[in-house]
Amino acid sequence: MLEGLKHPSSDVFFKYGSLVFAASVIGVIALSMVVLVRGAFPALTSFGFRFLTGVDWDAAVGFGALPYILGTLVTASIAIIIGVPISLGIAIFLAEMAPDAIKVAVSNIIELLAAVPSIIYGLWGLYVLRVWVANYVQSPLQNSFGFLPIFSGTSYGLNFLTAGLILAIMIIPTVASISREVMVSVPISQREAAYSVGATRWEVVRMSVLSYSRSGIFGAAVLGLGRAVGETMAVTMVIGGATGASALPTSLFKPGQTMATILVNQLSEAESGSLQLAALLGIGLVLFAIAFSINIVAQLLVWRVLKVQAGAVE
Amino acid sequence: MTLHLQTEEKQPLSREEILHPHRTLENSKVRTEDFDAWYGNNQVLKKLNIEVREHSVTAIIGPSGCGKSTLIRCLNRMHELVSRARTSGRVMLDGSDIYAKGVDPVTIRRRVGMVFQKPNPFPTMSVYDNVAAGLRLNGERNHSVLDRAVQQSLELAFLWDEVKGDLDKSGASLSGGQQQRLCIARALAVEPEVILMDEPCSALDPIATAKIEELIASIKGNYTVVIVTHNMQQAARVSDFTAFLYLGQLIEYGETTSLFENPVEELTERYLTGKFG
Repeated sequence: MLEGLKHPSSDVFFKYGSLVFAASVIGVIALSMVVLVRGAFPALTSFGFRFLTGVDWDAAVGFGALPYILGTLVTASIAIIIGVPISLGIAIFLAEMAPDAIKVAVSNIIELLAAVPSIIYGLWGLYVLRVWVANYVQSPLQNSFGFLPIFSGTSYGLNFLTAGLILAIMIIPTVASISREVMVSVPISQREAAYSVGATRWEVVRMSVLSYSRSGIFGAAVLGLGRAVGETMAVTMVIGGATGASALPTSLFKPGQTMATILVNQLSEAESGSLQLAALLGIGLVLFAIAFSINIVAQLLVWRVLKVQAGAVE
Repeated sequence: MTLHLQTEEKQPLSREEILHPHRTLENSKVRTEDFDAWYGNNQVLKKLNIEVREHSVTAIIGPSGCGKSTLIRCLNRMHELVSRARTSGRVMLDGSDIYAKGVDPVTIRRRVGMVFQKPNPFPTMSVYDNVAAGLRLNGERNHSVLDRAVQQSLELAFLWDEVKGDLDKSGASLSGGQQQRLCIARALAVEPEVILMDEPCSALDPIATAKIEELIASIKGNYTVVIVTHNMQQAARVSDFTAFLYLGQLIEYGETTSLFENPVEELTERYLTGKFG
């Protein structure tokens, strides 16, 4: 019956117009993939699998991405280990404890933090956090435990730990606000179930809120991980910028490099057509693949929770 | 009227006795005294005096919005969990005021359990863990004690035979009626003195409803049950006493049979005969 209806031409234009814009997103992703693969091709063919496991960074010897892959993993892990518990605390406070007026105010401030440009975090990291890390973390730890390799290193404060801490602060807005959202979406009836068997406020949070929203919280943490892995500017300013084998993250207090920072540091000086440029694009490809998959996983987890809330216990 | 559960003639209660039943009933378990409840500026309960007798089933009936759910949520201090909710007056449990200063609502809720309109098992927990949840909150860690309590509670809730092989399955995997009986088992496991049921069958089909009504009849020897229902037949079937609430006030209260057969108040009679509500 409805097939007979003739759509006005503006409807058709609107339909296909918006389809083109939507498809262009996928097109951009596919194109950047193609550009990265083509650019990285020389490096991938000359080093093969050794590109991922090599540590050298020298035109004479070869290029390996391992130190930067590990550097990314180490800084992102520090960010998650420190940032996620703080974010959860904030989210629980905002979702379960805070009076309404404070809820709104603090939620807005947290969202504002996400809008601070990363160069500002970088400047603060360079001039404030770096000094704190050097004076109040690095010095005491090295004085007492300096014999442990993980605490060895120079005392400038430009190192993996400072970079991880900056990242921890930078992921808090994302992780806290998404966690708060999934906690708020837990049905009242779940909280009442816990209250009715005599749960205290913390027990209610643990039994019903946290366990009901756990995969969403995990998703929020993974989204934070995605941001930590891809973050460039602020990390570049505080990580120190070593290359080659010395950039391997063997100590918290050594200068190093992540995949994102080596791209920033070296892309401008790499000559076109050089193997160095191909290697850099290869690192870009690895970073792209990791960040992309992290974000897909995170989105799936968050969606699942927000979708389930409507009728989980039906 | 097909209700002929009672044969001997009874004198109808006077209005004074209806509004202050605690002067006429003995072995009271729960008693409200001039109890008011508000949501914000909206007063939902007005100077309510009602008494619940120990080891009996008391039904609370009335049209939507009359305050019947609010009333039972006040009996275990769940009402105050809603923002801007407040109360005044007293609720006596075994003669002491649960709203007195210094009374921890958590201890009250361990003595006065609750079953809700929609089944709300913890979906991330197994059947076993759902039932054991309250006991674990009390610090019970002994496996054999937990095993015994879980089995006993599930048996009381008429659910044991259906789930004894699936204790590790998620509580959310059961049918709606089973979930509600699981929630009843969860409430029974902490051995409360009073069980409040807020329209426990409103989301269930007739067969599941019949099972729950049977269950209520079988546990009332050991527990005091207060059930809110919008279903008058259910009130007549399961309860010993019935209270009729209208616009936050107690209109009539008495033994179920006499209230249904010989309502004193015209309002009660009009409600029972379906003239409004």
